[in-house]
Amino acid sequence: MKTKQNLILIGIVILLAITPLIINPNSEYKGADGAAQDQIILEYPDYEPWFTPFFEPASGEIESFFFSMQAAIGAGFIAYFFGRMKGRQDNAKH
Amino acid sequence: MHIMEGFLPKAYALFWWVLYMPFLIMGMKKLKNGLEKGHDNKLLIGLVAAFTFCISALKIPSVVGSCSHPTGIGLGAILFGPLMMAFIAAIVLLLQALILSHGGITTLGANGFSMGVVGPFAAFFAYKLALKSGLSKKVAIFIAAFSSNFLTYVMTSIQLGTAFSGQEGVVLSTLKYLSIFSLTQLPIAILEGFLTVLIFNLLRENKEQIRLVGMEEIL
Repeated sequence: MKTKQNLILIGIVILLAITPLIINPNSEYKGADGAAQDQIILEYPDYEPWFTPFFEPASGEIESFFFSMQAAIGAGFIAYFFGRMKGRQDNAKH
Repeated sequence: MHIMEGFLPKAYALFWWVLYMPFLIMGMKKLKNGLEKGHDNKLLIGLVAAFTFCISALKIPSVVGSCSHPTGIGLGAILFGPLMMAFIAAIVLLLQALILSHGGITTLGANGFSMGVVGPFAAFFAYKLALKSGLSKKVAIFIAAFSSNFLTYVMTSIQLGTAFSGQEGVVLSTLKYLSIFSLTQLPIAILEGFLTVLIFNLLRENKEQIRLVGMEEIL
């Protein structure tokens, strides 16, 4: 029962992420953060950012590499946590 | 909610830093206390931090044809109270600012205030309020995570609307930024709600461990 509910939840999450790509395939899918920044530049063309990052990823590929590392490290720990819990539960049963 | 580096005028950047600072310090103390409460508590703190770390890196497509990301703050705010997440949000934002040039040091005060203060407090109070109105725990968790994500972006809109009010004034300008964020954010916030309920379901399967760290109330 519980597993079934969890599978449904995973299904909903995947559906929510994929559906846009199917019903709206021709959009650019830019980030909303970037869209807000574009709006500022549009209205304040003279605005000069008074501070710039020390380091910028050299390309979109490098950027997505760092983002995937971030997600992977997080997901790794989540898996470690639940694996450990499961192991303990199993040990307690024996 | 990542306002880019240098994209808030100095006075505004400073204002949000000053406002964020006390929460950051209280959050640090809260985290330190939590980590001293034994190994099980430490692991659970690791889980909420990892959840935020992981899903805030995911830019997810939204129906209106743009992308945005969850914050993952609701989970920790319900488990450990809102303050600890103020500090955990800062760690995530700092890494993203330094390594990914996503967000920034100068705007970390503003971004931290929206993601690390408004987000967790929204989750915390939404959770309590939902339980009080007789909703089930799962629905309460969903509402908490949803509100946390969505209100974070409402805060960002206010921050941009006040700093860049132009000729239309603060209110209209805030609404304009809200319109940029909200349609994208709505499905992402719903997604985060479901994802947070999923993690809670998995946690509840480990009742013994949850009891060890004294969090029976979430079971």
